[in-house]
Amino acid sequence: MPPLLDIRDLHTEFRTGDGIVRAVDGISYTVEAGETVAIVGESGSGKSVGAMSILRLIPDPPGRITGGEVLFSGRDLMKLPEEAMRRIRGSEIGMVFQEPMTSLNPVLTIGRQITEVLEQHRGATPAAARQRAEQLLGLVGIADPARRLKQYPHQLSGGMRQRIMIAIALTCDPKLIIADEPTTALDVTIQAQILELMKQLTRRLDIALIIITHNLGVVARYASRVNVMYAGRIVEAGSAAAIYHDPRHPYTIALLRSVPRLDRPRQTRLDPIEGQPPDLTRLDNGCAFRPRCRFAVAACAEARPALAPVGEAGHVAACFRAHETAAETGEAA
Amino acid sequence: MTASVTPLHPLLEVKGLRMHFPVTEGMLTRRLVGEVKAVDGVDFTVRRGETLGLVGESGCGKTTTGRCILRLERPTAGEIIYDGIDLAGLRRKDLLALRRRIQVIFQDPYSSLNPRMTVGAIIDEPMKVHGIEPNATSRGERVRELLSICGLNPSFADRYPHEMSGGQRQRVGIARALALNPEFIVCDEPVSALDVSIQAQVVNLLEDLREQFGLTYLFIAHDLSVVRHLCQRVAVMYLGRIVEMADSDALFDAPLHPYTQALLAAVPVPDPSIEQTRVFRPVQGEVPSPINPPSGCVFHPRCPIAVESCKHTRPEPREVRPGHVVACSQVDN
Repeated sequence: MPPLLDIRDLHTEFRTGDGIVRAVDGISYTVEAGETVAIVGESGSGKSVGAMSILRLIPDPPGRITGGEVLFSGRDLMKLPEEAMRRIRGSEIGMVFQEPMTSLNPVLTIGRQITEVLEQHRGATPAAARQRAEQLLGLVGIADPARRLKQYPHQLSGGMRQRIMIAIALTCDPKLIIADEPTTALDVTIQAQILELMKQLTRRLDIALIIITHNLGVVARYASRVNVMYAGRIVEAGSAAAIYHDPRHPYTIALLRSVPRLDRPRQTRLDPIEGQPPDLTRLDNGCAFRPRCRFAVAACAEARPALAPVGEAGHVAACFRAHETAAETGEAA
Repeated sequence: MTASVTPLHPLLEVKGLRMHFPVTEGMLTRRLVGEVKAVDGVDFTVRRGETLGLVGESGCGKTTTGRCILRLERPTAGEIIYDGIDLAGLRRKDLLALRRRIQVIFQDPYSSLNPRMTVGAIIDEPMKVHGIEPNATSRGERVRELLSICGLNPSFADRYPHEMSGGQRQRVGIARALALNPEFIVCDEPVSALDVSIQAQVVNLLEDLREQFGLTYLFIAHDLSVVRHLCQRVAVMYLGRIVEMADSDALFDAPLHPYTQALLAAVPVPDPSIEQTRVFRPVQGEVPSPINPPSGCVFHPRCPIAVESCKHTRPEPREVRPGHVVACSQVDN
């Protein structure tokens, strides 16, 4: 059976005053029905632009999807007419964004924002839509749904607003939800509530989830597969176990080592990744991580390495020295 | 600055600190309708040369506590004894001398640097304000020295903040804080806005500076992993009160207060073999409003071990083990 989502060599560019930024520079990955895939990376790695490109939500200008295919249930979303695309957004693919305050409409009641989706996508009657909205609020753990539906976003807490966003994403029984940093703006106890809720709901309703985050703990807890992005490309991908216990790309290795851990007593020093993230307008033909990489050799300046199999099946890394990094980090550790 | 060198003599002693903000209604005639008890009776000490972590979720009062110590707010009640002098009641002109000794590093390196000033002018300004060095050339020397101490190229003095990355800007913020040779620095979420790989660089820099210059830090943060790494002692705040305070390893390895336990349990660690097997029950509910906080123990509505008396009696902090203070009636001595 083909995967639910199959992204092939996707490219998205932005024209800026300083030149063209290849925010997404040829990424490919798949998402199976019902599974949770994490996209991990830092600011500017292209993780959000990659996800927005799936839904064709790239503002043009300055942005433009310049190539690639996004096969969703067999259809190439890049080729659909805008009208058909609109039917997919918010219906077959739900979205949950980082900032629930800015993604909800401040002048509409919560109820209206949910019933609107149902009336638009499903042609539901107002009464039926209202009933379904109440049911959805119950599903996402909101007490007293009838009262909440009459409220406006500013009357709710951040955690509550994110629950509403999840309810809206669930409205039309999507097959896939894309969650872009869904809990970054929330406090840690609320983050835990929201993530557990998303996990339970996606399992129970058999919804696939793409979770975009910089939080390596969240990824470890919720994702079965992980794509690590750096400078617009996927530099390593594999099962969560492979990425965390047998990382091969020097960036992944360094990233995992640079985070302080709550479950470990304090070491004397952290092991940071030196240098700064690259300026995407000034990338050359070599590996973008090269200037910060402790494994870099002359060949890394010549070409950007492609993803190649390492370790267990399905584990790939884009590094010329991927077969040596494991041995060397083993010694260093 | 030379000061008494008794090792355990606290540099800072905060006693019964309260900061209540008025809540008003009405456009023309403002009526007082309530108070936000942002900080509601907080006691702690900071020893010379240590880093005390102040942690908690949004609205717990940790930032307000820091602002009171900096006297950016005039506390409603309580004492802030810094090296024998009570800052709480000090007049403006007497404050100036103390402000040379107490500096601050802010969270957001984007909004805390004046975009119209060069980096050099930003770092120079506190020296001008305090009349440290009348000679502009010597101050220029000092600016370059500070930049290099903070890991930046001295030529950055001529740049503007917008030409720098987030990590570089935060280094400028740190250089500015060091310009007056302070002994105590309030660090208010200094790495929260930074990417993971840059966070570790700045955390290491803060550690190095503390050792090199014998600094004392109050480290305000919500990221518990960073706090565990950096702090010798940690105080946990909830709704304006300190609920637990202990040595870092004691607090993280064996938390006693149910809120601390819930907070720590909510943080996923970057290891899928731990996370995907951990049974996880996030604490329910959200932080109540500080305008109308719950009676008795402020945590009782969310507390898994609350008993009837918790609704009526506010638990006072008590030392249950040497150096381990808990405000919970259900924790055994």
